[in-house]
Amino acid sequence: MLLALIVAIAAVALISASAFVLLRNRDSDLVVESRPVPTAPPATEEAAPVESEPPVEKPTFRDRLTKARSSLSGYLGSVFSRGAIDDETWESLEEALIRADAGVATATQVIESVRATASADGIEDASELAALVKADIAERLSGFDRSLSIETDGGPAVWLFVGVNGVGKTTTIGKIAARQSREGHKMVLAAGDTFRAAAAEQLGMWAERSDVDIVRGADGADPSSVVFDAVERAAARGADLVLADTAGRLHTKTNLMEELRKVRRVAEKGAGTVTETLLVIDATTGQNGMSQARLFAETVDVTGVVLTKLDGSARGGIVLSIHAELGLPVKLVGLGEGIDDLVDFDPDEFVDALFD
Amino acid sequence: MFETLSDRFEGIIGRVRGRGRLSQDDIDDTLREIRLALLEADVNLDVAKSMVGRIRERCSGEALSKALNPGQQIVKIVLEELTTSLGGESMKITFASKPPTVVLMAGLQGAGKTTNAGKLARWFKKQGRNPLLVGTDLQRPAAVEQLRTLGSQIGVPVFSEPTDPVDVAAKSIAEANRTGRDVVIVDTAGRLAIDEEMMDQVRRISGAVDPHYTFLVIDAMTGQDAVNTAQAFNETLSLDGVILTKLDGDARGGAAISVKEVVGRPIAFASTGEKLEDFETFHPDRLASRILGMGDLETLIEKAEEAYEKEEAEEAAARLLEGTFTLDDFLDQMQQIKKMGPLSNLMGMMPGLPKEARDAEIDDGKLGQIEGIIHSMTRAERLQPEIIDGSRRRRIAAGCGRQPSDVKQLLDQFAQMRKMMKQLSGFGTKKMKSKNRGKKGKKRRGGRTTPKGPAQVSKTPLSLPGLETGGPPVLN
Repeated sequence: MLLALIVAIAAVALISASAFVLLRNRDSDLVVESRPVPTAPPATEEAAPVESEPPVEKPTFRDRLTKARSSLSGYLGSVFSRGAIDDETWESLEEALIRADAGVATATQVIESVRATASADGIEDASELAALVKADIAERLSGFDRSLSIETDGGPAVWLFVGVNGVGKTTTIGKIAARQSREGHKMVLAAGDTFRAAAAEQLGMWAERSDVDIVRGADGADPSSVVFDAVERAAARGADLVLADTAGRLHTKTNLMEELRKVRRVAEKGAGTVTETLLVIDATTGQNGMSQARLFAETVDVTGVVLTKLDGSARGGIVLSIHAELGLPVKLVGLGEGIDDLVDFDPDEFVDALFD
Repeated sequence: MFETLSDRFEGIIGRVRGRGRLSQDDIDDTLREIRLALLEADVNLDVAKSMVGRIRERCSGEALSKALNPGQQIVKIVLEELTTSLGGESMKITFASKPPTVVLMAGLQGAGKTTNAGKLARWFKKQGRNPLLVGTDLQRPAAVEQLRTLGSQIGVPVFSEPTDPVDVAAKSIAEANRTGRDVVIVDTAGRLAIDEEMMDQVRRISGAVDPHYTFLVIDAMTGQDAVNTAQAFNETLSLDGVILTKLDGDARGGAAISVKEVVGRPIAFASTGEKLEDFETFHPDRLASRILGMGDLETLIEKAEEAYEKEEAEEAAARLLEGTFTLDDFLDQMQQIKKMGPLSNLMGMMPGLPKEARDAEIDDGKLGQIEGIIHSMTRAERLQPEIIDGSRRRRIAAGCGRQPSDVKQLLDQFAQMRKMMKQLSGFGTKKMKSKNRGKKGKKRRGGRTTPKGPAQVSKTPLSLPGLETGGPPVLN
């Protein structure tokens, strides 16, 4: 076996060396199945302040965050009640943010900026820091358009849901279907996850619950064709919205990301227009969430984020980094398994709930 | 997986390595970097702190300044700490004297419980057992459907009924006894650790089946909250082990260290891909050395053993060393390598490869292009690449839709490799062959190797851009 291994290693080395060569070459002028250079720039949201956006009903947001709030404020509470500000205060603050998955870089930024404000304002008591921290974070989350667009030049709008495995794409679609159909939209669901066992059945049950139409393909069918068919059916039946599910995929798998790029392209081949591409991220996700957001945005022009499972003990601090570093706004928040447990993201409530 | 953590350590260690002495400042710097690296890798803050504390203690305690090579000393300490944190040793599954052996899967939503229940069933089946899958997730739409689909893919029966999760679990044992299944794998619904009602339900399921093994399924991408989750599940169920999923992404996987530290139970299995066979026993020592950028040779060998026809491979290897390796052989090898998984994964396991080589995005689609070039050659050309001249090159290029220069480059690489292997065979054949002969008596699983052998081989990856000449740091 050792010899076999040597062969393997030698071959791997040779192949990869050659692959490098081809890789380099192809940049110039080879056309043969060249990997498309990411044409879609990372979605940069115009920071048009839409503060007037009326919060729809979201009574559960704050209640559901109670847990996160209590644990974080418990931690911060002890910091804020310490009296005079010292190095340890700052360190504890920074640690609290790191514990909330905000990431070292973002935590450091927040602390530095609060620190500057505190010294400029001559604040010396730790109890006054709470308001400063809150304001600072709220500021970072402000100025994003969080509306969901359904406007097209005729033809159905397509909302595409993407994300890694197990974040809750299918469940999110089920909930959105219920919500949109309550608002009077006529919808078709596209069961574009043809890979995971029983994913289409799962979406089918949601479709039944909300009594909406669903287009399914065979297991292992090309997801693009399923989405295309769903758009066709929507156009034929006068539906104004297609919610397209996709199989969960790790953002590092080039071939699967290419498949996703194709799904998005094909979704617009017929009468449809993709008006939202929503990246679903699990609130328990740590720093890898940034990598996910970055790569999905590069591939399919993500317009916003759905943050799921925020009703657990996870604090979803990754939201801060995603806003700050990628300019991707969180549009919806998943707060439970019920059909109504999906609410609009409200930055002020989010921050309040974290710190009150 | 874990690339970033190992890159980070490589950076720090590269700075420290090779320096004769370490000042206290150097140590502080290094420790700060290690702490930051751990945090960015999602290692829980408290776990990271205590780990850095232990490293610090040992750094001063072992009188670093007197050590022959303090840089290596730090590497060694960090490696040992990581290995200890990740589990120290592999978990061994034993079977109940009175079957069935019951396994309970628990975890948050979307961690991969159902998929991994299927993978685990396949794993047991490969061990010669007769597993029964039990679906108690009656909550998520089509969860049982998913389990049934997986079950039919691997030929394992699934038991479930639309009643009550606890009842289903209780009945499943009788069902297993009735149908003669000796392993029962109970899949449960995903639940939040703070959902008391659901946690109580899983406690009752556990009470009903009295599992021999309770596994927490946790996503390698989990952040700081991994600790809370692990703690809560451990308090409710007293876990026996952890299954770490989605390790095939670029998550740094600090959660693995955190969970291990908190639960104090080994990480039993790692799920490394979407396919049902992408599931392996977790080896903390391997992972620890991978984190430190020292390669994961043992996994590579195991994969090779699975993918290769042994005798064929040995013949090809002999030809390679004699310098009579042909493009046909190469094509064969490429097919085998493909079976072993994505090339980038394999590269990641090779020790001694510099970061640039490991990080370089190697698209397996490129292998297809190389194959295309070779397929466009005549048999004579494949056996004797030397006969390929400019005119043949143009024909080959036209045949596979590439440029003549691509063909030339492939041939140059091939010739170069052949030459290197031949040179190597001077001492190589003798040494390797005698080693190989020694192992033959042991039949199948004889393929372990000492770190020394491969270190020589790893120098051969000839013209990889940016390949440094130094081998991996030699420890111990």
